[in-house]
Amino acid sequence: MTRTVPISLNVNGRPRTVDVAPNHTLLEVLREDLDLTGTKECCLVGECGACTVIVDGRSVDSCLMLAIEADGADVLTVEGLAADGRLSPLQAAFLDKGGVQCGFCIPGQIMSAHALLAENPHPSRAEVEEGIAGNLCRCGCYEQIFEAILATAEGVER
Amino acid sequence: MSRDRIGTSPNRVGGIGRVTGSQQYVADIKLPDALEVKLVTLDVARARILSIDSTAALAVPGVHAVLTAADLPQPVPRFGPQFIDRPVLADGETKYHGEPVAAVAAESKDAAEEAARLVKVAYEELTPIVTIADALAPGADLVQDPSIRPNDPLAGTNVLREHRFGWGDVDATPADVVVEGDYTFPMVTHFAIETHAYIAAPDGDGISVWSTIQHPNWLQRILAGVLGMPLAKVRVYAPDPGGGFGGKQHAKYEPLVAFLALRTGRPCRLVLTLEETFKAVRRTTTQVHVRTGVMSDGSLAFVEVDADYNIGAYADIADRVVAKGSYPAAGPYRIPAVRILSRSILTHTTPATAFRGFGNPQVNWAVESNLDAAARAIGMDRLEIRLKNVARTGDTLNPVDTRCDGEWDQSVRKAAEMIGWGSPLPPGRGRGIALGIKSGPTTGLSYSTVRLLSDGSVIVLAGTSDMGQGARTVFAQIAATELGVPLERIAVVMGDTSIVPYDQQTSASRSTVLMGNAVLSACRDVQAKLRAMAARVHGIHEASITAEGGVVRLPDRELSVLEVLKPGLGRMGGEVIGNGMARKDAEPDHPLSGSAAFFEFNCTAVEAEVDEETGDITIVKHVTVSDVGKALNPLQVRMQDEGAAIQGLGHTLMEHYIYDDRGRIRNLGAIDYRIPTSMDLPLHMESAIVENADGPGPYGAKGMSEGALLCVASAVGAAVRDATGADLRDLPLTPEVVWRALRERDRKNAEVTAR
Repeated sequence: MTRTVPISLNVNGRPRTVDVAPNHTLLEVLREDLDLTGTKECCLVGECGACTVIVDGRSVDSCLMLAIEADGADVLTVEGLAADGRLSPLQAAFLDKGGVQCGFCIPGQIMSAHALLAENPHPSRAEVEEGIAGNLCRCGCYEQIFEAILATAEGVER
Repeated sequence: MSRDRIGTSPNRVGGIGRVTGSQQYVADIKLPDALEVKLVTLDVARARILSIDSTAALAVPGVHAVLTAADLPQPVPRFGPQFIDRPVLADGETKYHGEPVAAVAAESKDAAEEAARLVKVAYEELTPIVTIADALAPGADLVQDPSIRPNDPLAGTNVLREHRFGWGDVDATPADVVVEGDYTFPMVTHFAIETHAYIAAPDGDGISVWSTIQHPNWLQRILAGVLGMPLAKVRVYAPDPGGGFGGKQHAKYEPLVAFLALRTGRPCRLVLTLEETFKAVRRTTTQVHVRTGVMSDGSLAFVEVDADYNIGAYADIADRVVAKGSYPAAGPYRIPAVRILSRSILTHTTPATAFRGFGNPQVNWAVESNLDAAARAIGMDRLEIRLKNVARTGDTLNPVDTRCDGEWDQSVRKAAEMIGWGSPLPPGRGRGIALGIKSGPTTGLSYSTVRLLSDGSVIVLAGTSDMGQGARTVFAQIAATELGVPLERIAVVMGDTSIVPYDQQTSASRSTVLMGNAVLSACRDVQAKLRAMAARVHGIHEASITAEGGVVRLPDRELSVLEVLKPGLGRMGGEVIGNGMARKDAEPDHPLSGSAAFFEFNCTAVEAEVDEETGDITIVKHVTVSDVGKALNPLQVRMQDEGAAIQGLGHTLMEHYIYDDRGRIRNLGAIDYRIPTSMDLPLHMESAIVENADGPGPYGAKGMSEGALLCVASAVGAAVRDATGADLRDLPLTPEVVWRALRERDRKNAEVTAR
């Protein structure tokens, strides 16, 4: 068996210690070891964005980050957004604006949008388009995704 | 309540799971004690397998099985929706790049991957047939052994089937001008963001299989056949797919994973990588020759289409794609004579399958582009020639098929108005307009059960797969409308063949019409039972009672459903079960075995700007108008139309497989195969619908979801032609293709000037 390395990380506000194989990505550890399957796997080369999570405040393709690199990090996944059974404003906006079709890319879209709004609370439409340029949606509901993000940003403004 | 009824756009049913990450797709399901599976493949297309040595692979700790064709029942079981041609594992020879020759099951993914690399396959690489020309060359090797196509007069060729359609006499029909041309459509892949995934688990004396499948009942039938089990012992779970687009219609590696599960006695899970998914599914690629005969007044005289579709190594559903896609090739026009010849051609490439549009976009690109050429030849406006010829309600298209079932000219006029047809444009810009038509389902069978529970809440059982089109929401809206129940009190259950009644398939934009009608009739059955219940409770005749929209009307008063249900069910509880069915029978003498349940009709118009230096196209404006009968959920209709349009821009502008001469796909995966991102969209996109409640579905709905993809390439190509004068025949219109076409235009212009 492959030698494992213990790492400690804080996932969605909860401290976790995991023995990880040195070749395993953060995505694998989230999905396979921590059963957080909301983060999705698709291209594994950092092009589709389905696996986007937030590591120490930065959006990251978790398929490109080794789990051992996340030792000591704060990780936020889609499961960590809703609080006390209430959807986050972004999640609610995605639902209200119809920014969801098959839904497979949506956790990644929402995490990228979350990072975008954290960095730039009042993005222009062009900034939103660029902000999710790394998140593919084959259903093609980009327009509704833009609307959801812009509506959330307006909510922040109020 | 009224916000939940049909014609409104409530939040998606199933949406909360999709925004919170709790929605479970197949790859998210972890069964206790499951083994992980990895395919063993060769980096060649066609190879004779000499031997397979699993010794080293079996020595990897945690490996439980290396399954090869020799471990399967002999002869190796084959399956397929149309032809029984695809082996569970490569049978002696691989026929396409990535066809599995063995599969490993191990305790972990790491162990399975390591072992898969250690399986030693000795093979002799053979020259593959990659192109249509290769396949049709005299003396070409046969892709499929004739023995798997018994009694087939074409078994000695690489042509799987030839289809001939048409009416009138093309040769005897005079035309003032005849324009002809050759057009090609690229090999593209579905690229659902969810890759294909399968789990199989022994279940007593049967088996349970989870799959990203669109047609769970069809898969159940395939598995029962391959495994020799009764349908009742094969339970297929089909969680909502993360995008399907046709690619997930039919069985691929489910039989293989099932054999592994039965052999190891453990649940086995195979999640394909994106690269493996690319090797498993793609659209048919097409070469089309089209001749259009036109009178000088613009009326169409004849259309002749020769379409060769490269369908790959196994038929899957591709021959049906060829037949059904080429059948309406002449378009939504009144034409005295039409002759269509289409052929399904086998090659050593990825087996092609259904893909949104089902064979139609390929011929649309040729026929609509050629219609523009005909309009230019007689000096007629491209919109005018379409309005002149487009069929009006009740007009005959193909004499043996459904007549024009919509006010199609309304969509054309609307799109023309939205794009500003005829208004002046700055230099470097052009406009294009194109019409698309697709036959809806030719047969269909859907059952639904609606259960009204004792508290007035409702469970709808419907075997459609909701892969993003929003079927759950629409069925819930139908139940909400008929039974007067808010959406929060309705559950829609899908994707379990042991519980949910039979549905033939989720394809051809059928579900709103066929399953929608089944749900509607199940709701009406519930209403009839409520009337009987009210009659019993109140001691009056059923005939004097009506039930609709959640209100039960007695001669002297109105009752809510609950007011009938409580005394009707009494203390023991219980429920009211309604059953519904929608059926469209086959027509044995029809060339497609059935006429269209409806037509999907779309008009797309585009304004584009072209960079003369680089060949880069900017879509300035893209409008898409679909005739939908009645939008049961207008937002979902819009999203389907705009999503289809964007998907169409993929094969129009950027997507294509690149094969090398050894038959290997050279641009596997997301880096080298590009699909539209948020930065590749038209500067403006608008969709609109035409609603005349003239469809066969609930409340006058027609099927939709594919229409807006049919003629995207044709409209974009026409706009680029209009902007530049360049002649475009081959998709995708990458900057390189456009740049070369621009230089060719310059060369021809120079020749003309020199004369």
